[in-house]
Amino acid sequence: MLKIENLTKTFGNHQALDHISTTFPENKTTVIVGPSGSGKSTLLRSLNFLEKPESGHYHFDDLDIDLSKPVSSSTILNIRRQTEMVFQGYNLFPHLSVIKNVMEGPIYVLHKDRATAKKEAAELLAKVGLAEKADVYPAQLSGGQAQRVAIARSLAMHPEYIFLDEPTSALDPELELEVLKVLLQIAKEKQSMIIVTHNLAFAKQVADKIIFVEDGKILFDGSEPDFFGTDNQRILDFISAMTFSDLEE
Amino acid sequence: MWHIIQSSTPQLLAAGFKYTIPIAIISFIIGLVIALITALVRLSSKKGFFYILKAIFRFYVWLFRSTPLLVQLFIVYFGLPYLKIQGIFPNGIQLNPVIAGIITFSLNTGAYCSETIRASILSIPEGQWEAAYSIGMTKTVVLRRIILPQAIRISLPPLANSFISLVKDTSLAASITIVEMFEVSQQIAAQNYQPLVMYSLVAVYYAIFCTVLTWLQGYLEKVTSRYVTTSAE
Ligand SMILES: Nc1ncnc2c1ncn2[C@@H]1O[C@H](COP(=O)(O)OP(=O)(O)O)[C@@H](O)[C@H]1O
Ligand SMILES: [Mg+2]
Repeated sequence: MLKIENLTKTFGNHQALDHISTTFPENKTTVIVGPSGSGKSTLLRSLNFLEKPESGHYHFDDLDIDLSKPVSSSTILNIRRQTEMVFQGYNLFPHLSVIKNVMEGPIYVLHKDRATAKKEAAELLAKVGLAEKADVYPAQLSGGQAQRVAIARSLAMHPEYIFLDEPTSALDPELELEVLKVLLQIAKEKQSMIIVTHNLAFAKQVADKIIFVEDGKILFDGSEPDFFGTDNQRILDFISAMTFSDLEE
Repeated sequence: MWHIIQSSTPQLLAAGFKYTIPIAIISFIIGLVIALITALVRLSSKKGFFYILKAIFRFYVWLFRSTPLLVQLFIVYFGLPYLKIQGIFPNGIQLNPVIAGIITFSLNTGAYCSETIRASILSIPEGQWEAAYSIGMTKTVVLRRIILPQAIRISLPPLANSFISLVKDTSLAASITIVEMFEVSQQIAAQNYQPLVMYSLVAVYYAIFCTVLTWLQGYLEKVTSRYVTTSAE
């Protein structure tokens, strides 16, 4: 279970996260929504210490970290081994073939033997529909394929949580669909996920819990039906802007 | 003229294979090791002791890039014998000319190559570090498995440039009594009074060595760039 309390992060004199407290339930999908620049990426990146918040508390299973103190690199490694990040820009390793991208973590972090890692990687590639792409280099993939490889790469670590930062924002709708289908499948298998997305139709389908962030603060933190059934005007405006429902008026 | 070429070629090539090429290759390999260490230390974000180490390496790079190679050779070969330190080097540091040459060439090319390697590491997108860190890799593993393999491809053309420069610069070793290819051409020219022919001939041999290196560079670039192809499926 992942839980944060009063998480604060400042860039220069800009407070990107302002005392954020919430929990990310296990085996569930939490979706983070909110306008651009509201702090969604910073929040997600703070969860695996790609950003270091300057204060607050971080609870992960039996770890309890006071963020106002320096965090040891072994603690950070330990957390990163159990959480995976999927980026908007995929960030595949361009010098490694697709299957080697997926095998890299299991071999060099989990120290699995090559044969086991390869067998698992092949299974994961089949799962995301890319078995036949195992031996090509990332440069030869479409965006949708690249993101599915990135998802397979994160699954190969058997993480407790997968964090996805706008995983489909760089994709055409058609390619987006193939990635969303994979994510829905993974969610169904009870993989704990935290997804930042602008796609509210997808959020509605996949989310167990929704967090709405604005100006570094949480404006809504609750279930998916409660979010879409809200009477908070700010959130209603956001939903209608995101779903273009105002265009018809 | 054909006769002069024919009679001097064996001597020139012998010097080339005995001194020019081995000195260039050995110095470049040592230089690359120095360069990699220098680049990694200078890029390290560690504090404390590393801060001093970084300053030392920065000074080293500055020193060797801001002074002429010929002067460096003279200091190491002719100057160090006068560096007399009680208890450690009471008689100064007397080096065999080939050793002095290799030390100087290694340090010189190491300084230049360290800047090449440092720049190529810095040119790898931040996202590569982040993706590797997210998997749980330590910094050492990220460097070894993800960053350096990509950085090497990028630094290959400038490193090949440095190597080719080094091959030509070994001709300066003539001035510290090494009988390498250029020195032999000078000796022959002094005997047969044909400086134009002799120096042109030795120029041709340097050019041939460097052309072979350029081919080798092309081959290495092709091998290391296989993954960059964006060919459609
Ligand atoms: N590395 C950084 N340096 C300075 N400001 C940053 C940095 N990262 C994010 N910010 C700022 O923090 C705020 C939140 O950014 P971000 O978390 O990326 O928002 P979102 O993902 O919701 O669009 C923005 O105002 C952004 O400009
Ligand atoms: Mg963002």
